Amino acid sequence: MPTTRCDVAVVGAGPAGAAAAVTAARSGARVVLVDAEARPGGQYWRHGPGGGQPAEHVHQWRELNRRLEQALASGRLVHLSRSRVWRVDAAPAGPVRAQIVRSVRGGEEAATVEAGALVLAPGAHDRVLPFPGWDLPGVVTAGAAQALLKEHGVLAGSRAVVAGTGPFLLPVATALAEAGTRVVEVDEAGDGRGWARGWRAAAGSPRKIADGARYGALLARHRVPVHLRNAVVAAHGDDRLESVTVARLDDRWRPLPGTTREVTCDVAAVSYGFVARLELALHLGCATTPGPDGAPAVEVDAVGRTSVPGVLAAGEVTGIGGADLALVQGALAGTAAAAVAAGREPAPPHPAVAARRERMASFAAAMHRAHPVADGWTGWLTDDTVACRCEEVRVADVREAVTELGATDPRTVKLLTRAGMGWCQGRICGPAIAAITADATGRALDPYADLLGSAARPVAIPVPLGIVAVADATPSPPPVPDSGGSS
Amino acid sequence: MSSFEFDGSPVPFAEGQTVGAALWAHGIRSWRTTRFAGSPRGLFCGIGVCFDCLVEIEGRPDRRACLEPAAENLDVRTQIGAGRADHQV
Repeated sequence: MPTTRCDVAVVGAGPAGAAAAVTAARSGARVVLVDAEARPGGQYWRHGPGGGQPAEHVHQWRELNRRLEQALASGRLVHLSRSRVWRVDAAPAGPVRAQIVRSVRGGEEAATVEAGALVLAPGAHDRVLPFPGWDLPGVVTAGAAQALLKEHGVLAGSRAVVAGTGPFLLPVATALAEAGTRVVEVDEAGDGRGWARGWRAAAGSPRKIADGARYGALLARHRVPVHLRNAVVAAHGDDRLESVTVARLDDRWRPLPGTTREVTCDVAAVSYGFVARLELALHLGCATTPGPDGAPAVEVDAVGRTSVPGVLAAGEVTGIGGADLALVQGALAGTAAAAVAAGREPAPPHPAVAARRERMASFAAAMHRAHPVADGWTGWLTDDTVACRCEEVRVADVREAVTELGATDPRTVKLLTRAGMGWCQGRICGPAIAAITADATGRALDPYADLLGSAARPVAIPVPLGIVAVADATPSPPPVPDSGGSS
Repeated sequence: MSSFEFDGSPVPFAEGQTVGAALWAHGIRSWRTTRFAGSPRGLFCGIGVCFDCLVEIEGRPDRRACLEPAAENLDVRTQIGAGRADHQV
């Protein structure tokens, strides 16, 4: 089973990882870029084999992709596509070793990458809050609706409700409407004041304001109403989605009695923000800190170094901040990783770049303040609502673990109920189980500590035992000093 | 147009599509029943995170339809429960 040796390994080919890979290669490093998808671009610039649907800010992607292709052609960059890191180890003062499972026709094969420095840029996935019927086929994440459209040109449905909170709802709703889906409504659980505050904070980012105006104009053209303080609180259908119940919310997101209405639709695209993919960083022992949304994020210095020598991080894993911020962080981390791999101290960032990063981080923080997930949403759950989709654990099971068995934290709930023990390892239900547990315990959710407890996954993804068996676990011998003579 | 078999019926797909995208485009919304409640499941996260879209491909269960590339004549079947008659939970 082959081991590829390089100076810098980058995990994730989204905005942060792709930027890190090209800048590290330009700094003279030999780079291996490991990514789960068939094509680079990440979720943000997901596209089909022929380019697919127009993506957000596609000119920016074309420029980055051109630099990726240059680096590939120069031989300084190797791109391992359809490859997932399932374990990574960093020996003190030694190389970082990433164990990889690659998808090939008819199965998987193992690979190992050994690097002088590692840049973690694994990105994030949608956070979805459960509601009765959210496991019906036709209820999807907003990211799934985007992925179907951007990569495959497939409409998620013919009549859509887009619901949740945050600025991501707008591009999803407009993309669906532009592609021909009848978007019946957008239900934003937050209030308008949040939006106003958020966009005011965008004053330093004119492009964000332009984006907001463009989405607004497109929604108006397609006559898509945006209902503030509204949420999808139930989904209905026999074996597929036929309608949803929408309710008005109070300021804590508790559904208001007597305000429900039923909306016919064949797809509900839901997103309540994003969850960073922390498992590799946690496994390596990287120090964490509350991100701009209060959830755990990897702590990094000005150039992206984590607390673990040789390991850097960029993009959403360092705090959910969006693609523009990820591009800047990725470029800084790529340059720094090339220096680290060469045994040099990385240069501090150029003051203009550092200022640009700060401005974007402030905008991200303002958007999070404008779209907090309030704790009253658990009020729309029923005892029979599925909380953990993999293990089919009901909300009542989680509540009983607290009220009958004495659990007070999500990790104990997991051990008692199996919530979060299934295939996805709590990636989907983790935030919800934490919130339901806190609610049943009668305390406020601690978005940092409660989520950190369920985010550790020593083996990052389910992996066939055959891959584990052939993993190259032997540490490589120390470099042989050049003796200058015969051997 | 190329096609693969889903439970014995042809499903067309475009070059580069995943099994999940092709099934969805063909109007099919579920291709798994859960282990305990027997509930139907299909695409949910669409990006390989949630494992809801598990399906049996070429006799192997637990393949993620949202990641598996569609291929000519691929044998795709609904996954019942754990997907193995000899591995009941």
